[in-house]
Amino acid sequence: MENIAKHRVNEKGEPNLRRYHQARWDEPIIFELSNKDERGILIPEASQELKDEVGDVMAALPKSMRRNKPPALPEISQPQVLRHYVRLSQETLGADFNIDVGQGTCTMKYSPKIHEDLARCPEFAALHPLQDESTVQGILAIMYNFEQILKEISGLDRFSLQPGAGSGAIYGSASIIRKYHELRGESATRDEIITTSYSHPSDPACAKVAGFKIVTLPPDKDGYPDFEAFKAAVSERTAGLHMTNPEDTGIYNPDISDFVDLAHKKGALCFYDQANANGILGITRAREAGFDLCHFNLHKTFSTPHGCGGPAVGALGVTKELEHLLPVPVVEFDGEKYSLNWDMPDSIGKIRAFYGVIGAVVKAYSWAMSLGANGMKTAAEIAVLNNNYLMKKICEIPGATAPYAEGKWRIEQVRYSWENLTKETGITSEQIGIRAADFGVHYWTSHHPWTIPEPFTLEPTESYTKAELDEYIAIIRNAATEARNDPETVKNAPHNCPIHHVHHDPLDDPAQWAITWRSYQKKMEK
Amino acid sequence: MSKEIVYPYIPNSAPDVKAAMLKDLGVSSVEEFYEDVPEKLRLKRTMDLPAPHLSEHELKKHVMGLLKKNSDCTEFSSFLGGGCYQHHVPAICDEVNRRGEFLTAYAGEPYDDHGRFQTLWEYASMMGELLNMDVVNIPTYDWTQAAATSCRMAARMNGRNEILVASTVGPDRHSKILDYCKPELRIKTLDRDHKTGQIDLDALQQAISENTAAIYFENPSYLGIIEDMGQEISRIARDNGAECIVGVDPISLGVLTPPADYGATIVCGDVQTLGIHMQYGGGNGGIIATHDDERYIKEYPSRLFGISTTDVKGEYGFGDVLYDRTSFGAREEGKEFVGTASALWGLTAGVYMALMGPKGMQEIGEGILQRVNYAILKLSELPGVKAPAFSSSHFKEFVVNFDDTGRTVAEINKALREKRIFGGSDLSQIFPELGNSALFCVTEIQNKEDIDQLVNAIAEIVK
Repeated sequence: MENIAKHRVNEKGEPNLRRYHQARWDEPIIFELSNKDERGILIPEASQELKDEVGDVMAALPKSMRRNKPPALPEISQPQVLRHYVRLSQETLGADFNIDVGQGTCTMKYSPKIHEDLARCPEFAALHPLQDESTVQGILAIMYNFEQILKEISGLDRFSLQPGAGSGAIYGSASIIRKYHELRGESATRDEIITTSYSHPSDPACAKVAGFKIVTLPPDKDGYPDFEAFKAAVSERTAGLHMTNPEDTGIYNPDISDFVDLAHKKGALCFYDQANANGILGITRAREAGFDLCHFNLHKTFSTPHGCGGPAVGALGVTKELEHLLPVPVVEFDGEKYSLNWDMPDSIGKIRAFYGVIGAVVKAYSWAMSLGANGMKTAAEIAVLNNNYLMKKICEIPGATAPYAEGKWRIEQVRYSWENLTKETGITSEQIGIRAADFGVHYWTSHHPWTIPEPFTLEPTESYTKAELDEYIAIIRNAATEARNDPETVKNAPHNCPIHHVHHDPLDDPAQWAITWRSYQKKMEK
Repeated sequence: MSKEIVYPYIPNSAPDVKAAMLKDLGVSSVEEFYEDVPEKLRLKRTMDLPAPHLSEHELKKHVMGLLKKNSDCTEFSSFLGGGCYQHHVPAICDEVNRRGEFLTAYAGEPYDDHGRFQTLWEYASMMGELLNMDVVNIPTYDWTQAAATSCRMAARMNGRNEILVASTVGPDRHSKILDYCKPELRIKTLDRDHKTGQIDLDALQQAISENTAAIYFENPSYLGIIEDMGQEISRIARDNGAECIVGVDPISLGVLTPPADYGATIVCGDVQTLGIHMQYGGGNGGIIATHDDERYIKEYPSRLFGISTTDVKGEYGFGDVLYDRTSFGAREEGKEFVGTASALWGLTAGVYMALMGPKGMQEIGEGILQRVNYAILKLSELPGVKAPAFSSSHFKEFVVNFDDTGRTVAEINKALREKRIFGGSDLSQIFPELGNSALFCVTEIQNKEDIDQLVNAIAEIVK
């Protein structure tokens, strides 16, 4: 028999690309599966005796509030419902089975399965948030313990686990900054928040929602936030500074504390957006750089799964000076009992219902407790090793560059550019990304606006082997080679995905867009 | 421990691989990658964290050891509601939302994450049928966010600066609306009729003005009251150029009139009741819905998915509708902000609605009405117990007043816990005007014997 293994690599020892094809089911819309009178599940009926006692409850409803036409939901038996969703799941590229280094800034690390078991057991999943504190001592202990862990990782003094994700935490930061100045009688004059062009769009957007004017610092020639521009922008009008470090370029800004110091001199507060914290756990902290507030995305750095886009937690930390402003309630421990403290008159109030997505806290706590201080630092270091390895190999592909800070190492991710390739071949970064999907991986360009031409952002985290990184690199290299030798294949991609090129125009046209099936049917009838 | 640990989740912590990669990069240690981090910003010690439970077995034992200190609602008979509800969760809901393909997906593109787009679009479509509305968002965090955003959407549309809020909205929602709308909007609370608990229409007529951007009320309200004057309220809003925002529990909509049918122009609510475990209050996802009117659609901060054609005939494709209105598209010039929210719970609610169908929704609604009426009837027979405290019809929840029993809610609930029952949530702090009252919740998971057990227990406690 021939040795199959030797055909898995080419003559240079590089992995041959997989003959991949994603599931393609041509799955109907769920309404098309409906057959009259089919049932997916039966409902527990009230006992006859109970029904006899209460009589016709429908007739007793106020007439105006009695639904006169049943909702036109589909009628489908259970196996068919399951089959439909399993097929759709197979048409979804989860991190569990792809080399998910292409969704840069998203920190697509492995989400351990044991954590899922823990968060789904009835001892947690069947807890009601208004149960008496004496009956929820276990979950309050986890919340409290996890807060202590975040305090040590960041150096800040108090955390709220309530915000629903990074944006919720950034909004919470802006609201706390607003309240802080309000209590000092300066809210009328301090109405600006300064942020940077490589920060997440929510840094300016959430600050705007909280009522601030936005000042955005451009990058300087080396890709750092421009300190001269900051000096010109910061003033007694500055309420706060929203900064990330490293920014989405992966470049660590060594002058970060200069920004913070100057902002403090002007009376502003400084929020550290730590969506990009994965490469610096145990290395450097918000405290040492002088920040007043910071946040961590538990669905990123702390491994809780991304769930198609949440549920999630953006844990929001503050210094002692600001703890009275945190969302209510916070968890207290008196040495014997855990409790929820609602007695916070200066609190900004609620950021999210109840106490936040505590299931994500169970998982994040489990992650931290499975690694400890050394393990978390190892995660950071290996994520950075992987990133620099990936950067070296990606930059060896003709046409790819890593703009800014040439010769410097990056932290956990890099924003690359295909500017040269696009000039040479006309193939764009987006087209390269679509072609990469033909081999079973994600690829992401950048937030808008694009300040780096033809950008793409890769973040390998600590979860992938060297062989997997090599495979990802081979996929990207192949796409770039095709851009030169076989551009039609790239332009007509995807070939191996569940569907083909989607027509975008109807999505921006009020006469055609259809956000629900009922709307689609109405518009098709016309 | 002297030997170097190779962590199961960190493959390249294996020494040989790590060394090979370092060599490839020409560095001797990972330390070199951090050369840009100045000395003064370094943490020059090991983080002071608890010792890890390195093996999966020990970790499980540790975390389960903590979780077992809880008493949950499968061990106790629970009558708690107030924004988080214990309904039956069909096994398939968990089966689907635990699949790694969905659980670990995130922000892929419409072609490689086609299933995610279709699933969430179908969620919105089925929710649209329940709500009788053509536009439904990809869920935001929860109902608190959905309510607060609905208020700001209304104000952006009509340029006004005041929201009239019913006195019976959920306390978390009220708190969130106050904080979130603060820069631009005044929030005024509307009086209620003391007998019915419904919005006092005269007070509404008095309060509404050309400054009113919207009226916001919930139906059923936080106190379980079915507001039956929705048509009148929305007419008053419309006559004054204001939007009518209604918050709703979607599980009621098999039997109750959807808000759009009595004139709501923006509807918000929460998906938690549709196949999602309570999780100590973390199973929420925020619904926002409107009619298919560009003026409204332009004001959504959320992702909105749309259906489209592809290059292949007979193939459905999906994508973002008006992406450029979002903060992803336009940073601070976008509408509010968007980011990771509650997609997995939206997807799960979709599975639930597909299983339930029209008959399931109708039967569950009717079954809840029967049980809640029975609970009210039986509690009202107890001396000193006033149930319900308001004369209106109720769905799922109702207020019980214990003023005449001589016992506080805290005392009653403590005694109930000894009988392995979680009584209704204490309202004496959040609605002090209701006196010594509690909010009781009954769903399809309770039957006659559970309710009888509660009633008998209270009878014994208050006698």
